[in-house]
Amino acid sequence: MDTLILEPSLYTVKAVLIMDNDGERLYAKYYDDTYPTVKEQKAFEKNIFNKTHRTDSEIALLEGLTVVYKSNIDLYFYVIGSSHENELMLMSVLNCLFDSLSQMLRKNVEKRALLENMEGLFLAIDEIVDGGLEEQQLSKIEIFCNIINVFIINFDQFKASLLNKSINLYNFYNNIIF
Amino acid sequence: MIKKFDKKDEESGSGSNPFQHLEKSAVLQEARIFNETPINPRRCLHILTKIIYLLNQGEHFGTTEATEAFFAMTRLFQSNDQTLRRMCYLTIKEMANISEDVIIVTSSLTKDMTGKEDVYRGPAIRALCRITDTTMLQAIERYMKQAIVDKVPSVSSSALVSSLHMVKMSFDVVKRWVNEAQEAASSDNIMVQYHALGLLYHLRKNDRLAVTKMLNKFTKSGLKSPFAYCMMIRIASKLLEETEGGHDSPLFDFIESCLRNKHEMVVYEAASAIVHMPNCTARELAPAVSVLQLFCSSPKAALRYAAVRTLNKVAMKHPSAVTACNLDLENLITDSNRSIATLAITTLLKTGSESSVDRLMKQISSFVSEISDEFKVVVVQAISALCQKYPRKHSVMMNFLSNMLRDDGGFEYKRAIVDCIISIIEENPESKETGLAHLCEFIEDCEHTVLATKILHLLGKEGPRTPTPSKYIRFIFNRVVLESEAVRAAAVSALAKFGAQNDDLLPSVLVLMKRCMMDSDDEVRDRATFYMNVLQQKQKALNAAYIFNGLSVSVPGLEKSLHQYTLEPSEKPFDMKTVPLATAPITEQKTEIAPVATSKLPEKLAPSRQDIYQEQLAAIPEFKGLGPLFKSSEPVQLTEAETEYVVRCIKHTFANHMIFQFDCTNTLNDQLLQRVLVQMEPSEAYEVLNYVPAPSLPYSQPSSCYSLVRLPEDDPTAVSCTFSCTMKYLVRDCDPNTGEPDDDGYDDEYVLEDLEVTVADHIQKVLKPNFGAAWDEIGDDNEKEETFALATVRTLDEAVNNIISFLGMQPCERSDKVPENKNSHVLFLAGILWDPPAVDNDSHAHLEPILWISALVSSPRLSTATACSVFALCHYFAVSSLFT
Repeated sequence: MDTLILEPSLYTVKAVLIMDNDGERLYAKYYDDTYPTVKEQKAFEKNIFNKTHRTDSEIALLEGLTVVYKSNIDLYFYVIGSSHENELMLMSVLNCLFDSLSQMLRKNVEKRALLENMEGLFLAIDEIVDGGLEEQQLSKIEIFCNIINVFIINFDQFKASLLNKSINLYNFYNNIIF
Repeated sequence: MIKKFDKKDEESGSGSNPFQHLEKSAVLQEARIFNETPINPRRCLHILTKIIYLLNQGEHFGTTEATEAFFAMTRLFQSNDQTLRRMCYLTIKEMANISEDVIIVTSSLTKDMTGKEDVYRGPAIRALCRITDTTMLQAIERYMKQAIVDKVPSVSSSALVSSLHMVKMSFDVVKRWVNEAQEAASSDNIMVQYHALGLLYHLRKNDRLAVTKMLNKFTKSGLKSPFAYCMMIRIASKLLEETEGGHDSPLFDFIESCLRNKHEMVVYEAASAIVHMPNCTARELAPAVSVLQLFCSSPKAALRYAAVRTLNKVAMKHPSAVTACNLDLENLITDSNRSIATLAITTLLKTGSESSVDRLMKQISSFVSEISDEFKVVVVQAISALCQKYPRKHSVMMNFLSNMLRDDGGFEYKRAIVDCIISIIEENPESKETGLAHLCEFIEDCEHTVLATKILHLLGKEGPRTPTPSKYIRFIFNRVVLESEAVRAAAVSALAKFGAQNDDLLPSVLVLMKRCMMDSDDEVRDRATFYMNVLQQKQKALNAAYIFNGLSVSVPGLEKSLHQYTLEPSEKPFDMKTVPLATAPITEQKTEIAPVATSKLPEKLAPSRQDIYQEQLAAIPEFKGLGPLFKSSEPVQLTEAETEYVVRCIKHTFANHMIFQFDCTNTLNDQLLQRVLVQMEPSEAYEVLNYVPAPSLPYSQPSSCYSLVRLPEDDPTAVSCTFSCTMKYLVRDCDPNTGEPDDDGYDDEYVLEDLEVTVADHIQKVLKPNFGAAWDEIGDDNEKEETFALATVRTLDEAVNNIISFLGMQPCERSDKVPENKNSHVLFLAGILWDPPAVDNDSHAHLEPILWISALVSSPRLSTATACSVFALCHYFAVSSLFT
């Protein structure tokens, strides 16, 4: 039995990954040096994807790391932390990520919609996790899970700005094309 | 809208990624529009997204091109588009490490972080802190302090998180913000609370008193954030561990009270903290186990996983505490998440009874192919533990393991299986033949060199002693034909052992050996030639010395000595005796292998404990010229554990001297000790030559002082001696808080317990894998026979353990384990005695003082025995009368 007691730290998240249904990386951010080179990262992602894409079981232990995941249509979301980390904390990060994207994409969480809103995704993840620290809880979490109602940066204002932007973009495209 | 998608589809196929075929150079080309006026926010935003996407895919940006793009991007600060501005912050963070001169945006960011737009302020702070270095930090310190206590939660959180990142870089500056962080900790926003607590802890973690105070304050006032509670639990359990506080302390009460928190996350963290505490009693575990039991039936997979994983840990130490959950665990076996199912089964294997083993094993085999390697290793470890618990089940296990061995799997997994089979073979002699057969089959198709060589070594060791050794030869020789160099070399060594042990096989082995002498690899050829020549001599002593039992020196020590030898060229040949002996003989590490985590590190031959001591002692000028360190003893406590000063002693034996290393710890925080030394009064003809004092001994920082003692020259049999020890030192009182000592001090002394030097201190353990061969090697001339009565010993086990610890020798061939219901037992011990003073270097009779003892321990009548007698046959050179 390892008597290792966790060094109290706010560094919770080791990586956040989003892949499509072929296992291609759409978004990947590693917050420490567990996988320093792109080659190792890709190998790790391939391993994760192979082990998880067929099952819908939410959590796994891979290469000594705890991986919590969630899939929707053609997207796979992963949050990765140390195997000693509180699994529920990682889960709350994943839920937060998923819920905020789902709001941003108006419940339409799929690859094409996501790619059209890449900047929204970048900004959202930047708000949720900063350098491996759980930063902020972005979405209406109290509805989805009973954890908390943290709204970030004046959540409404931020959401409005993000949503407006994406709506504006849609309008904009429409405008030029038609 | 539709038209737009059509256009994209034409470009890159339907539904595919519009970012897929991005070219870095093209994107950087496009980035030129950043310089156009007026700025077109939409197009710029799109290009920034592309750049970040490329960085995200792992594309490498050169310093020049990154700097160019970065400078172009700085122009975009002129635009007031919100999303664009925030993408700029993101680009700054992404490029902070690859572009040069990123600090030019400092003023823009400072403006944004103090500006009116709350949306900008948080991200601006985080971006700013990424590009700031220690010197610049002073300039923005004022703004940071304001931001930490800002009433907008996002700003405050951002500032706290950024401060935490900067603690690593400039601790001293951030430490000045502790009051602001304190204020933020009482914020209403739960995230701010969590981040403030994290920062406060990191600023104070070296000051245990301050951490305790902080913890007390927050446990009283209560926090809102479940994250902050998790953090507090971790801090509390760390404090408990450091102070070794009893479980009646308020800290433990706090953790236990968290079991009743309304957030599952906090409850789980508390349960896991209690489970991980060392020396937890079953009663203290009970409440934690019962909340975990509740979690087992949660609809959330993550919660079930967390619960069963923690229960699995409990089961390793306190299987009985988990039996209450057996029913819940049974339900989890069919869980759709295979990780949960595996953990549930392996937990049950630990807690269940012998009768349920067969059923559980069947269930595992139904899904073992679906789980990841990590969990397969967990399964194998559970089986391995089970084999030790229920040895009678070994045939079921062996079948199961051999099936697993045939399946696909990574190195770690295969290694775990092989280790498990080997340990079964060692525990149960009757399973040896089946086990070896499975392993033989495995190496027929094994891609892992390490495992193949390991198995070949085992075959060489165990194979010749089985009833039909010839059947293994085929498997071994196949390796010589088919495998890589390392495996071929190992196969040749294994073959040689068969030839040496079985006379009827010798001619065939010699034929095969001849074939190996034509191998293309140097090492294989060398080994074959060497063994060929040794075997042809047909001498038992040679076989024993060069085939069965290899070198017993420490490998790092040998490396160092050889290196030293090449540095100082001399006429004399290299002397093996100057190499320190291996201290920890190659024994199977029975302690559990950490399931994972370590798997990525390449295994390095760590220097043994003795090699470390050798190095430390060699660095002290007083101890030059003592020769190689022969043996270092285990630490002996010379004080009670809870006294003012804690002293333990390690005895280092050299050829003619001994060094006593006293590790002292001062547990009084109002005293500083200086010039600490331990004065020793020997009872025999030992002579104290020199003391090396420890210059200073501040509170709770261990330090060592040494005493050098010469062994009596004229009487080599005077091995044991008692020293009375007194610690002498200069005391200077000091302020417990600051550690500032007074100017003047006074001399004082402290009486320690007596220190004994015994026979064991002069004998180094060596492991002889083949004891019989080593015994024969020395010959009958050096044999001595005596009988002793052990008056105080009552059982065989006790007798065996006493003899081993008294003589300090290495038990061989697992003879330290006494089978049940026997009234006599043969114990094989091997050891090397300290170097006698080298009498005559030129004479060929430079004998190594080797000592093999084969002791027959018997007790007259097992149950009512009042005394055990030892009938000891000693084989020894050069030294007599050890048994006195």
